[in-house]
Amino acid sequence: MMTETTALPAGLGTDTDRLVIDGVALSSRLIMGTGGAPSLDGLGAALLASGTDLTTVAMRRYSPAEKGSLFQLLVDNNIRVLPNTAGCFTARDAVMTAELAREALETHWVKLEVIADEHTLLPDAVELVVAAEHLVNRGFKVFAYTNDDPVLALRLENLGATAVMPLGSPIGTGLGILNPHNIELIVSRASVPVVLDAGIGTASDAALAMELGCDAVLLATAVTRAQNPALMGAAFKHAVAAGRLAKAAGRIPRREHALASSAMEGRAEFL
Amino acid sequence: MNITLNGKPYAVRANASVTSLVSQITGRELASNGQPADGQRLGVAVARNSEVVHRSHWHGTALAEGDDIELVTAIQGG
Repeated sequence: MMTETTALPAGLGTDTDRLVIDGVALSSRLIMGTGGAPSLDGLGAALLASGTDLTTVAMRRYSPAEKGSLFQLLVDNNIRVLPNTAGCFTARDAVMTAELAREALETHWVKLEVIADEHTLLPDAVELVVAAEHLVNRGFKVFAYTNDDPVLALRLENLGATAVMPLGSPIGTGLGILNPHNIELIVSRASVPVVLDAGIGTASDAALAMELGCDAVLLATAVTRAQNPALMGAAFKHAVAAGRLAKAAGRIPRREHALASSAMEGRAEFL
Repeated sequence: MNITLNGKPYAVRANASVTSLVSQITGRELASNGQPADGQRLGVAVARNSEVVHRSHWHGTALAEGDDIELVTAIQGG
């Protein structure tokens, strides 16, 4: 039976509805990436508009010619940094990159990304599992970027991953969530946070991820390469919050036939 | 003395420490614990011959002829 409620349960949709990861309460369920932004200034504006509290960065060779510091931009805006291992094809490279990131950025959080090839950018399941195990043993909090495979997601969780991050579709494609059923299955079996990562094209994709039960959404390209990144950042902020509310509210069941919402009884009769 | 820095040949004075190299490249003054003297965050890490050199060890680590040094920082990505 439905019970009537007027208040939102436990501060849902407000600042108190926080995602807690490794004892840290994040004020936003939107995790941003930073790849693809043409300028640091534009990126800063988009990140602020998105309301994100946690943002990924890649680790690359230091270049004195580089103007401005992304790390300083994040520090100045109180945005927590999540270094990734983007571009790594082997567990060995990913572990080394994570070690360098921990040293450079003074965080033991890492988005573990071990890809199979440059064409698909899909995770290499075998290398991913090996790297996750190494990093957990070395004290890292591993946010594992993974395929939308419920078996692999559970395997990563059992290895000690802090969060599992299944892809909606391949990185940068904007194809949205190609297998919603698998995402729901991953969510239903996970006891660590599930973050929908990669493939998000527009705001409705992020709302869907949250409606499927994901705890957060991670995206970059959809904002950084949008025609107006700051506006799209704001759109995602609302989409993630809306999806979260809709999931808690409980959607109506799907039906095969129409169901009138106006009563048939008491209609006027015209002779 | 010649080393390799981020994949390219680089000349440093004999027995230069990792601290002096990092300071030279980043243009930041570093204390002996490897932290920047300006009190800000440094945001870089060093691998020497494929081993991470922790910041607290930079000062006491002398570079050797032929060392392969990677100096990395955070850039846009992910």
